[in-house]
Amino acid sequence: MSLILIAVITLTVLSLIFGAILGFAAVRFRVEGNPIVDQINTLLPQTQCGQCGYPGCRPYAEAIANGDKINKCPPGGEATIQALADLLDVEPEPLDAVEGEKPVQVAYIREEECIGCTKCIQACPVDAILGAARQMHTVIVSECTGCDLCVEPCPVDCIEMRPVEGDLRSWKWEQPSPIPDLLIIATDREDQA
Amino acid sequence: MFLSQVTSPHTVRHDHTRNIMRRVILAAIPGLLVSCWFFGLGPLFNVLLCSLFAAGFESLVLKLRQRPIGFYLKDYSVLVTGVLLGLALPPWSPWWLLLVATGFAVVFGKQLFGGLGQNPFNPAMLGYVVVLVSFPVDMTSWPAAHAVTFSGGLSHMFAGTPWLDGWSQATVLDSLKNNQGLTLDELWDGYTGFGWLSSRDSELVNLAFLLGGLWLLHKKVYTWHAPAGMLGALFVMSLIFWGGNGSESNGSPLFHLFSGATMLGAFFIITDPVSSATSTRGRLLFGIGVGILVYIIRSWGGYPDAIAFSVLLMNLCAPTLDYFTRPRTYGHDKAKRGFNTEGQ
Amino acid sequence: MSTHWTLHKFHGGIHPLENKQQSTTMPIQQAALPGLLVVPLLQHIGQPAEPCVSEGEHVYKGQLIASPAGLGAAIHAPSSGVVERIGAAPYPHASGQPYNAIEIRTDGKDQWHPDIRPANPDELDDEQLLQRIRAAGISGMGGAGFPTATKLRSGQQASIDTLIINGTECEPYITADDMLMRERAADILSGAAILQRLLDARQVVIAIEDNKPQAIAAMQAALGTRPWHVVSIPTLYPSGGERQLIKVLTGKEVPSGGLPAHIGIVCQNVGTAAAVHDAVYLGRPLISRITTLTGAALKQPMNVECLVGTPVIELLQQAGLDQTRMNRVIVGGPMMGFSLADLNAPVIKTGNCLIASTEQEMPAPEPALPCIRCGECELACPAGLLPQQLLFYAQGDDHEQLQANNLFDCIECGACSYVCSSKIPLVQYYRSAKADIREQQQKQIKAEHARQRFEFRQERLRLEEERKAAERQARAERMAKAKAAKEKADAAKPAPVAGSDPSADQLKKLKIEASMARVALTKAEKQLAQHDTPELHAQVAQLKATAEAAQQALAAAEPDATAAAPAAEKPAKAARPALSEAAKKAKIELAMARAALKKAERAEASEDELAPLREAMLKAEQTLADAETGTPE
Repeated sequence: MSLILIAVITLTVLSLIFGAILGFAAVRFRVEGNPIVDQINTLLPQTQCGQCGYPGCRPYAEAIANGDKINKCPPGGEATIQALADLLDVEPEPLDAVEGEKPVQVAYIREEECIGCTKCIQACPVDAILGAARQMHTVIVSECTGCDLCVEPCPVDCIEMRPVEGDLRSWKWEQPSPIPDLLIIATDREDQA
Repeated sequence: MFLSQVTSPHTVRHDHTRNIMRRVILAAIPGLLVSCWFFGLGPLFNVLLCSLFAAGFESLVLKLRQRPIGFYLKDYSVLVTGVLLGLALPPWSPWWLLLVATGFAVVFGKQLFGGLGQNPFNPAMLGYVVVLVSFPVDMTSWPAAHAVTFSGGLSHMFAGTPWLDGWSQATVLDSLKNNQGLTLDELWDGYTGFGWLSSRDSELVNLAFLLGGLWLLHKKVYTWHAPAGMLGALFVMSLIFWGGNGSESNGSPLFHLFSGATMLGAFFIITDPVSSATSTRGRLLFGIGVGILVYIIRSWGGYPDAIAFSVLLMNLCAPTLDYFTRPRTYGHDKAKRGFNTEGQ
Repeated sequence: MSTHWTLHKFHGGIHPLENKQQSTTMPIQQAALPGLLVVPLLQHIGQPAEPCVSEGEHVYKGQLIASPAGLGAAIHAPSSGVVERIGAAPYPHASGQPYNAIEIRTDGKDQWHPDIRPANPDELDDEQLLQRIRAAGISGMGGAGFPTATKLRSGQQASIDTLIINGTECEPYITADDMLMRERAADILSGAAILQRLLDARQVVIAIEDNKPQAIAAMQAALGTRPWHVVSIPTLYPSGGERQLIKVLTGKEVPSGGLPAHIGIVCQNVGTAAAVHDAVYLGRPLISRITTLTGAALKQPMNVECLVGTPVIELLQQAGLDQTRMNRVIVGGPMMGFSLADLNAPVIKTGNCLIASTEQEMPAPEPALPCIRCGECELACPAGLLPQQLLFYAQGDDHEQLQANNLFDCIECGACSYVCSSKIPLVQYYRSAKADIREQQQKQIKAEHARQRFEFRQERLRLEEERKAAERQARAERMAKAKAAKEKADAAKPAPVAGSDPSADQLKKLKIEASMARVALTKAEKQLAQHDTPELHAQVAQLKATAEAAQQALAAAEPDATAAAPAAEKPAKAARPALSEAAKKAKIELAMARAALKKAERAEASEDELAPLREAMLKAEQTLADAETGTPE
């Protein structure tokens, strides 16, 4: 009987002690805000394109933190999915987009067709379009994120997305590929095909 | 027609992995010859059989992994494993013992990790240890020098005929280990094969391997760090714990340097770059570690010789050694150690 | 004066076959004047220069044809002739891609520009000297091509102790600097004197590898009474690398990511020093250079002085090119150079060597074996890196580990690839990994920038909304107040005195306002007829309201002013409501027609269905126009 009593008392005391430690830690090492959202947000490409279904990158970051899938960002592509998977320690998934990964693009306004309606200016999430009412508009290429949100509102369809072309200064060496027959095993070959 | 994507440098040293491997095999020949002088054609048969088995296992696994067989056999690395195993195992070992040892070495020690360059452990030593712990009797019955006849050896090897009396003999390291109260002089008097420093066969074979190793050093196949580290550590350890010539003696420094597989280990085993540490300082430490462990196990452990165990234990430490011996990069105050990326 | 100089050692280094003797058998030759010069706009590190000549224009030798934009160097016509074309042309680059160039059809006269005049540096101040160097378009001649004037400017801002004149030329095959030192030692030294003066350097060291005894002797002889040091350093690749050379000569290391100027050192190539001499003393811009032509596919390897922009093929032919044996043409040395894809590419300011090699001389790379961690690369690495570790991380795209292992301290000298017994193209792995990391960083910076702009915009929109709401409220309050005041005023107002001046003025003002509003309204309506946008609709509605308000104000003011004003004004005002009535009706019709059309279009109706609707709309537009113009003004 006393044995049981000792056991019960011991466990009670222990649980009280550990409870106190946990409670102290919760107060002492309290983390303000939700830093994981910030971390996710820095991994997103910040095009603010809304292709994920959320109004901007931060809302999507919050959604991911709350358990949404990580594969809804076409501008980020596989690299972003991989980075998110590493951060959140989940399995990377293939990109959830009809057209798949697109090359980097910027908006281009065919200026002779522009009527100066300012609709694209209002649509641009990063203020990368310059112009005024009834004045021709133009895209500040260096600020454009390629989100294509300005394409749809244009009443005369004078905006198009053009791929960014680099010259030889942005050219880079490819990683040497192992000779396929030598190093890639059959399953790899199937994956590649 | 120009190769527009050939990266620099456009000129390379005419040296190749297969040349390195070939040199290692060539350098082992003096040791093999001396060994054959003492044990007949036993060592040669060992080496041939092991090489054959090793190449066979390698081909088999490469085929299973659907890799080009010819391309990888041509790098000679598997032959090195075979040759080293053949030299390390007792001459005229039964064929199945050689088969098991090479099988483990090549399949489990090398190919399952991804083949050449990927194995964390020295394949030959892994195979050696597997048979050492599995078949201790066969592994400790070394033939005595000049004792075994060709036909006797062959029948032991292939038909499983046990050794005749007097054909096998405890090695000099065994004798020392099992010494019951005799002083060293008394022990040597009773030991028929005693030479200048160690047993006659052992010291000459070690000398031959030392010569081969020096040639490899001269050929710059590897740097002096690992062998010097190991031999130096073994020398220092045996000097400290020598204990004179009394019955408590652990053997003289020279005795240790020229007994067992010391030179084979120092110049052929621990110099395997794949499973060793990477930097020169790392290799020095690697060698020192092996030397200390060899002495500890020889003197106070359960096995008479300990190259294989020591090497495997140090293989485990290699990543840690690499971690602590990163070189200092030009323009940095001190070497970056640790896996953080801070300070970038 | 040459005293004993204590040398130091850098980590690693290799001894590749030198192959320098082939091209030093004869003095520097003059290259033939090519018919067409291809002068690329990018011959240096930084931004491409901007052309300042046009197609068809005649240019003199040494005339400025492209001026620097941002970090860069000026580019001059290498010979006299006519600008034939400005556009993409073959360019010496590893990618094989073309680049914009100015093509000059030479006229064979090789006429110097009349403005090019010699000068005496003693009569120039430092600023003028620097200006002369900048105007000459000099960029580093050793290979990297950093604009010299910029380097000197940053050197002036630091305190420089040592000026190193780099004549090491450690790469195999190249002998351009060697021959230059042998033949033009005096020019190099007088150029170096200018550099020393500009940098205010305490000492000058001329470093030459000990495999060039003739060059060392020539420089020693030309030194005269200058208290400088000609230092012979042991031949070891890559001792000519700026950082390695600094280590050898001073024992100091340039901090990672820093510049030599940070530790009081500036390095200049001997070729650069000679170009500075030409620019300052003769006023000549950098339009030619010494280039080594070598390789087993050439019958007579040599060094030539060639104009910038000379096509490679013409130079190689001058040295007896055997096309059948040629397998690869390398620009630069065999360790760091790149293979050329198009032999019509020109020699540029940084092109110190052309190697036409045979298959036997530089065979195709063997297939790579797995790394066996033999450690040779680590022994060879002059930057003290762990090449094999970097290889593993590069293969795994582990950017964090690559940076932790100091990938960016790699100078891509090729020593690791050279010694690799497994034939792994290590340098290519590093180049690719570096480019990937840089790209990632750029993306990261851009994303961060976009995020900031997005957040600023959100904040701006919010503030705007707040401001609007506040204004609306203020307006409502004001209106209420005004109304109350008016009521009060109406009650208390005495009849205005007829013919009083203020009243007449007010009436005039109101009239002008009313007519202006009308004009604006008409204009807007016409616009509306052409373009149909909600903005315009809103505008029209607003204008109409303004016009009507003006009208009302006028009407309210008029009865008071009738006594003073002539009655003739009346008809015009009477006509206005009539116009509004007709136009209003027409406009409602038009709007309805337009809505119907839009609806149909949105429903993706067929062309047959759309046609009548379009017609109806046009008709409505016509009616509106008629209603507006048909009214007497």
